[in-house]
Amino acid sequence: MQNEWLYIGLFLVIGIIVPIVPLILSRIVAPRKPNPIKQSTYECGIETVGENWVQFKAQYYIYALVFLVFDVETVFLFPWALAMNQLPLFVVVEGIVFILILMVGLVFVWRKGMLEWV
Amino acid sequence: MTFWSDPINFIAEWLRGILTGWGMALDWANVLIASLGIISLILFSMMLAIFLVWVERKVVARFQDRVGPNRIGPYGLFQPFADIIKLIIKEDITPTGADKVVYNLAPVLALASVIFLWAILPLASNIYGVDLNVAILYLVATGALGTLAIIMGGWASNNKYALIGAFRMVATMISYEIPMVVALLIPTILSGTMSVRGIVEAQDPIWYFILSPLGALVFLISSIAELGRAPFDLNEAESEIVAGFHIEYTGMKFGLFYAGELLHAFTFGGLMAILFFGGYRFFGLEQYPLVGFLVFLAKAMFGYWVIMWVKYTMPRIRIDHMLAFNWKFLTPFAFFVLVVTAVLNKVLSGLDTWLFASLIFGANLIIAWITIEILRVYSRRERRLAEGNIPAPVPPAHH
Amino acid sequence: MTPVQIVFLLTAALIIGSAVMVVVSRNLVHAALWLVATLFGVAILYAILDAGFLAVVQVVVYIGAIAILFIFAVMLTRKEMRDRGPQHRKDWWIAAMIGLLVLAGLVSVLVGQPEINRIAGPIPPDFDPVLALGHALVSPDAYVLPFEVASILLLAALVGAVYIAASRKP
Repeated sequence: MQNEWLYIGLFLVIGIIVPIVPLILSRIVAPRKPNPIKQSTYECGIETVGENWVQFKAQYYIYALVFLVFDVETVFLFPWALAMNQLPLFVVVEGIVFILILMVGLVFVWRKGMLEWV
Repeated sequence: MTFWSDPINFIAEWLRGILTGWGMALDWANVLIASLGIISLILFSMMLAIFLVWVERKVVARFQDRVGPNRIGPYGLFQPFADIIKLIIKEDITPTGADKVVYNLAPVLALASVIFLWAILPLASNIYGVDLNVAILYLVATGALGTLAIIMGGWASNNKYALIGAFRMVATMISYEIPMVVALLIPTILSGTMSVRGIVEAQDPIWYFILSPLGALVFLISSIAELGRAPFDLNEAESEIVAGFHIEYTGMKFGLFYAGELLHAFTFGGLMAILFFGGYRFFGLEQYPLVGFLVFLAKAMFGYWVIMWVKYTMPRIRIDHMLAFNWKFLTPFAFFVLVVTAVLNKVLSGLDTWLFASLIFGANLIIAWITIEILRVYSRRERRLAEGNIPAPVPPAHH
Repeated sequence: MTPVQIVFLLTAALIIGSAVMVVVSRNLVHAALWLVATLFGVAILYAILDAGFLAVVQVVVYIGAIAILFIFAVMLTRKEMRDRGPQHRKDWWIAAMIGLLVLAGLVSVLVGQPEINRIAGPIPPDFDPVLALGHALVSPDAYVLPFEVASILLLAALVGAVYIAASRKP
């Protein structure tokens, strides 16, 4: 089993290096004439107006939070899915109870209006 | 072990013989051979990405009733090379105030996260990188790295439109990851293993598309959203925020994002094929790995064609509709399909294969019918609320 | 030195270096990205220990969800993302001494363990750790009750987050 992960480690290292090669090629070949107008931030062709930060929109954070809870839930479901094939029906019911409790959570978040984009 | 029955191991043995004949230690020979294998796999995927640029442009042209590139080379086949040369020789403009390290790292990470996926794809029964026993979660993990690359690119560009685009894109991608993981659980339950090669081996003789068409549909929808392609492409909404998180990227960096997106789409087409359409299986032809390889490429190209078809047919969906669709419809629906598949798989496990398949397929049809009925009732109610109970129009009487 | 030891030392250096950079960086988003590097190093450690499932789960949950949450929180709530104050207090040497004492205590406890130098045996090839984990999570005399209670814990987290977010909305 360790051989698999060593292969993946090697793959990760080479996989990070390969996209860098065209960038290096471009750095060698492409012209480089920086001037301040070219490098100004793009705002549909006009000068930038206002501060350069985004208004706080709490909704992004709430989506990320709900995603986190459901992500952990689905991670728990993977060992259940594997073990389910060899064990009796009771095991499936246990998993269904797990899923139902979290569906209650989803319905709660929905009814509280936390899933609206507003 | 001849070349035809097991090409990769045959070549590896031959190389190992040569290298140890030259006096190299066995461990280093193995590492060198593994590296050569990895480099050839990655180069193959990059060649494929280049070819896909041509495929994409030709197909979109045909959908829009025009011809597409046809000047450079026969049928425009050398167009992608012209594109690459153009991207390499363009000047690399870094906007002022951009965070240099993160700005340069984002496109590399975006393309790398797609390349990492190719380590586990079984191209044929004997041609694959590594048969990882947790390959399905590895798939989700590389998606997480892609999400990180997008948010890095959007933030480092020092541009509020890039940041807005990146946030919307990441919110969409993480929201649609839940139905995708649930849809991935369905082949895991049906085959009893998390290894992708194991899932292909278990699709014998019935492909999982027949056992769970709704699972395939959920996977298709959520993977189109994960890829950031239309109709979920708020990121590239040209009329709204120009190019989203990659506004400030020029030249080859943009090329890396673009190639990454195309290769990602093809890889997800390949995953659709592997998980639901039997991978390299084709009615017994898979004994010859090279034939299996071609079968896999054909199926992956078909999956990629379906993804392109959806892209060039449907209009863009608004961000709040996108997220509402995910959290209020797709997630409960995916969990419902999962629960029904799990229960049926357990209860009917002793039956003959074709009876089992037809019963589960029938159950899927029943679920689809119930869902459409619920949606119809709900949409009728919504429409009545929105229109205020206007009585049905009376057709004008003809005299 | 075996290759596994070399990989372990490099990973440990990555983890410690990234953790130091998390604390030391003045730019908050850079600190969040160094945290991602630290978490990735921990995933590599899990892979070295043959816990493949935990390695991918670490990337999926920690890097794919929690680090994204951190980055959202940092990017959405700070107008100025640089920390401009002084980086350490006047009496930093007390904190450093306490840190060193804790480190010495932990090291002495670990080294005092009788089995510290035992090398983990190889896993037999037909043993599937994820399947064993699955069996353990659902069998009534193993961990099924914590499995169900975990879902209630996740529900509680969801309810708590919604409550806090709802009370902040105008």
